[in-house]
Amino acid sequence: MVKRFFTFLFIIFLIYILFPMFYVIFSDTELNPLAANYVSAGPDELGSQNLVTSVIVTYRGLDTLGEVTVLFIATAGVGFLLKTKEAKSKKRKASELLQTGSGFLAPIIILFGVYIFSHGHLTPGGGFQGGVIIATGILLLMLANVNWKMNKTVLHTIESLSGAFYIVIGLLGIFLAGGFLDNRILPLGEFGTLFSAGAIPIIYSLIGLKVGSELVGILDNLSGEEA
Amino acid sequence: MILVSMLGFILIIIGLWGMLTQKNIIKMIIGFSIIDTGIHLVIVSIGYLKDRTAPILDAAVEKATAVERVVDPVPSALVLTAIVIGLAVTALMLVYAVQMYKHKKSLQINDFEELKW
Repeated sequence: MVKRFFTFLFIIFLIYILFPMFYVIFSDTELNPLAANYVSAGPDELGSQNLVTSVIVTYRGLDTLGEVTVLFIATAGVGFLLKTKEAKSKKRKASELLQTGSGFLAPIIILFGVYIFSHGHLTPGGGFQGGVIIATGILLLMLANVNWKMNKTVLHTIESLSGAFYIVIGLLGIFLAGGFLDNRILPLGEFGTLFSAGAIPIIYSLIGLKVGSELVGILDNLSGEEA
Repeated sequence: MILVSMLGFILIIIGLWGMLTQKNIIKMIIGFSIIDTGIHLVIVSIGYLKDRTAPILDAAVEKATAVERVVDPVPSALVLTAIVIGLAVTALMLVYAVQMYKHKKSLQINDFEELKW
């Protein structure tokens, strides 16, 4: 009873803290100077149509590197904690409907994921979303074929290579352009076309592959038999 | 947009209430996810400016007038980061729950008394 009272008190206190934030949030009518600089200088500097992408991949590329690292560590933790035994599965076979449907849909879903991350600099989307869509396509295949063994070597190779190339492209930016993860190592191209915005499509494709393979790794670990 | 941020704050409070009062570990993880979603809504609404559009320059938004026409791209970028981190943390917490269940065959937090004093 006392505990419940303190919980209640704590939540009231939290509401009291959060309430003044309303005034802070809705006092702005103009972009702040940093955002105004990103919006006005971004298109000419980086050649990316989607300004959120240029913020994520180039202006704050280090944040994204940290984010990829956190995701990698979490995946490694999941794999470490869930040591699964390669036992023969006793699961029921998937129905005919699911098997046929997944054979038809999975390639389209994976292709859609590739489209999302390769067009990240033009449309809303990007590496993380594309990677997650690819992982859902693989999840559909895993549901349809219950005894399907994931080829872990291929998965880990894709993950490591895309991570390594991401760092290599970032380092190339130091030598060929303005700094770490600068996208101007490649020509900026015509504004608004697929081959534009320098290295942003390449970096986002690598992020997409890395996120996709990491999430597939998590799904594979979670679907395993108990050790 | 004031509605969205209010919804976000309400979700944060509901999620915190769930984490503090529920005894089942899975329900506590669900509470964490609710807090996470609420924080995303609040961050997105911080970047919103009235009568403005998404920060993507195309035929509708000219490059020259973009500063007056688009919302702040930085909170959108940050919320993208936050979603991915939230997913990773949730997956890791669920795996901890699996391990705890294997250890004690129970998901009630009261059964785990090693750290109680």
